[in-house]
Amino acid sequence: MNGHVLAQPVPRTLATPGVFTLLALVAVGLMVSAHRFLFGLATVTNLDQQHPWGLWIAIDVATGVALAAGGFTTAALAHVFHRKEYEVIARPALLTALLGYTFVGLGLMVDLGRYYNIWHPILPGMWQGNSVLFEVGMCVMCYLTVLYIEFLPVVCERFIGDARFPRLGKLCAAINRLVAKTMFLFILAGVVLSCLHQSSLGNLMVIAPSKMHPLWYTPILSLLFLLSAIAVGFPMVVFESLFASWSLRLKPEMDVLSKLARYIPAVLGVYLAFKVGDLAIREAFVHVASWSVPSAMFLGEVILGVVVPGALLLSQKVRNNTRMLFVACTMIVLGVALNRVNVFLVAYQPPYATRTYFPSWQEFAVTIGLVSALILLYRLLVTWLPVATPHGKSRTG
Amino acid sequence: MTATRRGFLKALGTAGIASAVRDLSASASGLPDSAEPMGVLVDIPNCIGCRKCEFACQEAAGFKVPPIEAFEDKSVFAAARRPEPSAYTVVNESRNGSDLSLPVYTKVNCLHCNEPACVSACLVGAFEKRADGAVVYDPWKCMGCRYCMIACPFQIPTYDYDNALTPQVRKCNFCADRLARGDVPACVRICPNESLIFGKRSALIALAHDKIRKVPDKYIDHVYGEFEAGGTSWMYLSSVPFEQLSFLNLPSVAPSHLTEVIQHGVFRYFIPPLALYGLLGLIMWIGRRRDDSETRDVRDEGRSPRVARFAQDPRGPASPVYRREDVCVGAGAYGEST
Repeated sequence: MNGHVLAQPVPRTLATPGVFTLLALVAVGLMVSAHRFLFGLATVTNLDQQHPWGLWIAIDVATGVALAAGGFTTAALAHVFHRKEYEVIARPALLTALLGYTFVGLGLMVDLGRYYNIWHPILPGMWQGNSVLFEVGMCVMCYLTVLYIEFLPVVCERFIGDARFPRLGKLCAAINRLVAKTMFLFILAGVVLSCLHQSSLGNLMVIAPSKMHPLWYTPILSLLFLLSAIAVGFPMVVFESLFASWSLRLKPEMDVLSKLARYIPAVLGVYLAFKVGDLAIREAFVHVASWSVPSAMFLGEVILGVVVPGALLLSQKVRNNTRMLFVACTMIVLGVALNRVNVFLVAYQPPYATRTYFPSWQEFAVTIGLVSALILLYRLLVTWLPVATPHGKSRTG
Repeated sequence: MTATRRGFLKALGTAGIASAVRDLSASASGLPDSAEPMGVLVDIPNCIGCRKCEFACQEAAGFKVPPIEAFEDKSVFAAARRPEPSAYTVVNESRNGSDLSLPVYTKVNCLHCNEPACVSACLVGAFEKRADGAVVYDPWKCMGCRYCMIACPFQIPTYDYDNALTPQVRKCNFCADRLARGDVPACVRICPNESLIFGKRSALIALAHDKIRKVPDKYIDHVYGEFEAGGTSWMYLSSVPFEQLSFLNLPSVAPSHLTEVIQHGVFRYFIPPLALYGLLGLIMWIGRRRDDSETRDVRDEGRSPRVARFAQDPRGPASPVYRREDVCVGAGAYGEST
């Protein structure tokens, strides 16, 4: 499956100002997390009895899962629909998804009151098939396993032919052969599992109709979540690829990325059609014109996150211009992130709440720390494992 | 409020009032004599706001309770309160009746839904709706995700945010252990003014409608909890519209109904996921076959874009084999690969 791609480690130093900044942010996040584990959620979060979910669920978990959708969308395009020219971006997208989901788990651990029970859903005695969260949890766990299996060849290739560890190299070659034969099973499973839990993540809030703002509460929330996850997949791959190539001083993979960007307006259009159609059927348009915080957040999410970037990407000029492509894709990524924040935080308006929830600085610190750690690990792994594929001339080397 | 078929059937069920009232007298000792769900009818006009139920509740829950006199403090009524981890029930005062000088007292606690959203939401089954009507919680299963708090339409479950190691979801458990040994809930036992009436749920519904019919001046014609959120074990009678007492106007369909329909639809006999798997597998197989035959035909002509690119690679054709000398030589090696 990966035989066509000549991915290699990118030899870059880790001693850059950016890396040190990220390390500092990780350190702050770790300190706040330590505080949380020692003294409880109350000491670091602004959660209360009426607002049980905060920034960590909205960003670390919900947005994390959505933005990791680049993994399954790219896998579907390159491997299922067999567009082999996209295989060069499949590995970076896979690594992004792998790290994304790993950090979803880590973020969840910080948020869970009894984090040491996080494994409980795998006990058949506790299975609860009516629970949407059970479905999300099981699918995420299975998908994370699939992602690690899909990533095995990348790790194995690192050691195959390594003269220092001949035995390890042979073992890796054996694993690689075994995995290569069965890889299609895992790739298919990854796509199906992603479709399932990306949609169920939206179904989570459908259980709270009386608490949800009508701009976001809809029975088809799961469909909107699936469509927006698919829509954000390629923009996230473009965003991450351009970001990485600037950070690692590689030539941007513009030939692949601008071709990939052709798909984006169509998928965004389908998402927008369902979102607007749903709003029209539920006669919820009045809330758009109410000029409240929710209406502003909704307009921001739809216009700046879907309509404008979608329209921009219709133009070939934009798709071929590195900077414009990056701007458009970043808008989509932020738009979907805003959508998840809207659904899980802004839309959640419990009638008995006496105050509104706004995250504490410690909650931000943990989230920023997790994202920083993710970027650091990505850089570390790209310089150590064959993830990126050499292409064109480096600008500076 | 939508009149659902289920609601209609329940309304039919209350038609046999006479027999139901006999049921109530049969269990007058308060002993749950069958697996039929029990309930409590809260007669709001009878409540005098003594807060003794708050005391009894905290005592029954095993909390460190201040002396009962401390609960005579009326200053707590200044602001509406909600249940807390240290108080599973609270009494609020409102002055919304026809005579504004007369306060109305409402007791707030878990309503023990017939189809509880918390039970449906919990991914590890830490909540359970027992046959006797109580919705109980098992902290040993709980992960602390707090999805039950999101799901509950009455905003009842609370959380031990300040407990670092063993936080629990806290809510009224209908004094489940007292019920199990044939006793009535502590709040019902202490209530001095017959504001809390314990009995079989079906009998309580009949009793409630009987009260409304007999004293129409005292009660509005609405038994809150008979249908709300799919019906609840705790039900309320009031002299003023419930919205004026901060009760929520909820549909008669349980909130978990829709999520469960969607979830079980998507997973019906696992057919949809497996069908998607099969369909994608078919697409993959067709693409691969076409690709195999194409590359066999055109490999040397270089028409395939992927092959063409690697044909220009000075190191020769693409090879999956990683060679150490290719990389990690210096920063320049990577960039010069074309």
